Amino acid sequence: MKKAIVIDLKDNVATLLADVDANDVVQVMMGDKTTKTKVQERVQFGHKFAMKAINKGQNVVKYGEVVGQATKDIGEGQHVHVHNVESLRGRGDLA
Amino acid sequence: MKLSGYVRPDGLVGFRNHVAILSSVGCANDVSQKLAYMYPNALLLTHRQGCAQLGDDKEQSARTLIGIGKNPNIAAVLVIGMGCESITAEYLAEKISKTKKPVEYLMVLEEDGLMAALPKGARFLDQMISEASQMKRVSCELNTLTLGVKCGLTDTTSGIASNPAIGVVADTVIESGGTVVLGETPEVIGAEHILAKRAATPGVEQDLYRVVKECEERVKASGMDIRGANPAPGNIAGGITTIEEKSLGAIKKGGGKTLQGVLGYGEIPKGKGLYFMDGPGRTPEALTGLSGAGAQIIIFPTGGGSPAGSLISPVIKVTGNPRTAQRLKDNIDIDVSRIIKGESTLEEAGESVFQELLNVASGKATKSERLSYGMISIWNIGPHM
Repeated sequence: MKKAIVIDLKDNVATLLADVDANDVVQVMMGDKTTKTKVQERVQFGHKFAMKAINKGQNVVKYGEVVGQATKDIGEGQHVHVHNVESLRGRGDLA
Repeated sequence: MKLSGYVRPDGLVGFRNHVAILSSVGCANDVSQKLAYMYPNALLLTHRQGCAQLGDDKEQSARTLIGIGKNPNIAAVLVIGMGCESITAEYLAEKISKTKKPVEYLMVLEEDGLMAALPKGARFLDQMISEASQMKRVSCELNTLTLGVKCGLTDTTSGIASNPAIGVVADTVIESGGTVVLGETPEVIGAEHILAKRAATPGVEQDLYRVVKECEERVKASGMDIRGANPAPGNIAGGITTIEEKSLGAIKKGGGKTLQGVLGYGEIPKGKGLYFMDGPGRTPEALTGLSGAGAQIIIFPTGGGSPAGSLISPVIKVTGNPRTAQRLKDNIDIDVSRIIKGESTLEEAGESVFQELLNVASGKATKSERLSYGMISIWNIGPHM
């Protein structure tokens, strides 16, 4: 089975260790535990998907830390990347 | 845990034995190149700075060039200038000669022109190469090492595999009495609170927050979103979404030891242990700054497989991405992708990187060294007049 990794138990995203197609079920490693999640769309190796729904304006958490904010509602199993997450830092465009 | 290197007159140890031809100013590059053509075994170090610079920018260029000249991988230095520049060859040579290594300088305008300068430079190089060729490696300890760490073409495997594996090596070097220099200020944005917790003193903590704030303020003053510049398009293709995500993975390559100080770009640390050097993440500037800070070896995690190198400090490139390890073998020294396949622990991967570090320190040529891949590019922080 294709695999993904959750780096910290506080994270709401997992990083894929394989290319996946829509509706592929992946084995997610979370510390000593593993779980299974269905990925809703085609997502590349190394990219992230949501482990739970992340509403617009909510923080995206990886490494147990805030890595950005959702700019759209993101459903469980959906691709999480530049199309639906923005940085909270280095935003000269907002300064 | 022995390695072997060349002991310099100041007691520092080089793991390479270069005779360098160092331009003090971009205008002297042609002269340096002509001498390097005559003496291809010399290390040609040309760059674009050295004149028509102001204040802190001029100081930074001078500091970096002095640091490069002092780098213990360099046995002897011939500094080439014009004589009309603001960072003169005479000034650099005097500063570099504090190491007591052989240092000479040549200023074309004081030598009655190019035709007279070239044979004089050739005679210096002839002597320096003869002396350096007779130096022998001796056994030495890991506490003689200043290790630079810098990541490039980062993807999401970097933060999971290669950076933490290199962090294991960084910790080992520090436990053995050595020094580690971590750089790239933009790639601390969003992770500074983690590094700051490990600061040795409140002053070091403040210094770290200050350089990160200054970096972020420069981005804000540009009126642009940092995304696109950092993370760069290659990072985004590799799955990195924001600078915060990149930073949280990037700081892992420095390991987990106490942060002893924050250095200016190209500044040599005054003590042992972990240091942070202010400077950009762009690879040629970052590597040049680390060489200026005295790093004899640099370990470079890369997700996407950058070919990066430094002319002064051998660069060991490590990938945690199995596809990169397969496709870009010519760019990669060590493959730690077994970590993400669940076939290797970080400690085992760290051990494989550490063994390569010992091999390279003792003379093994890295992938980028075999190609002489690298350049000097000094971080320029002011206008050119």
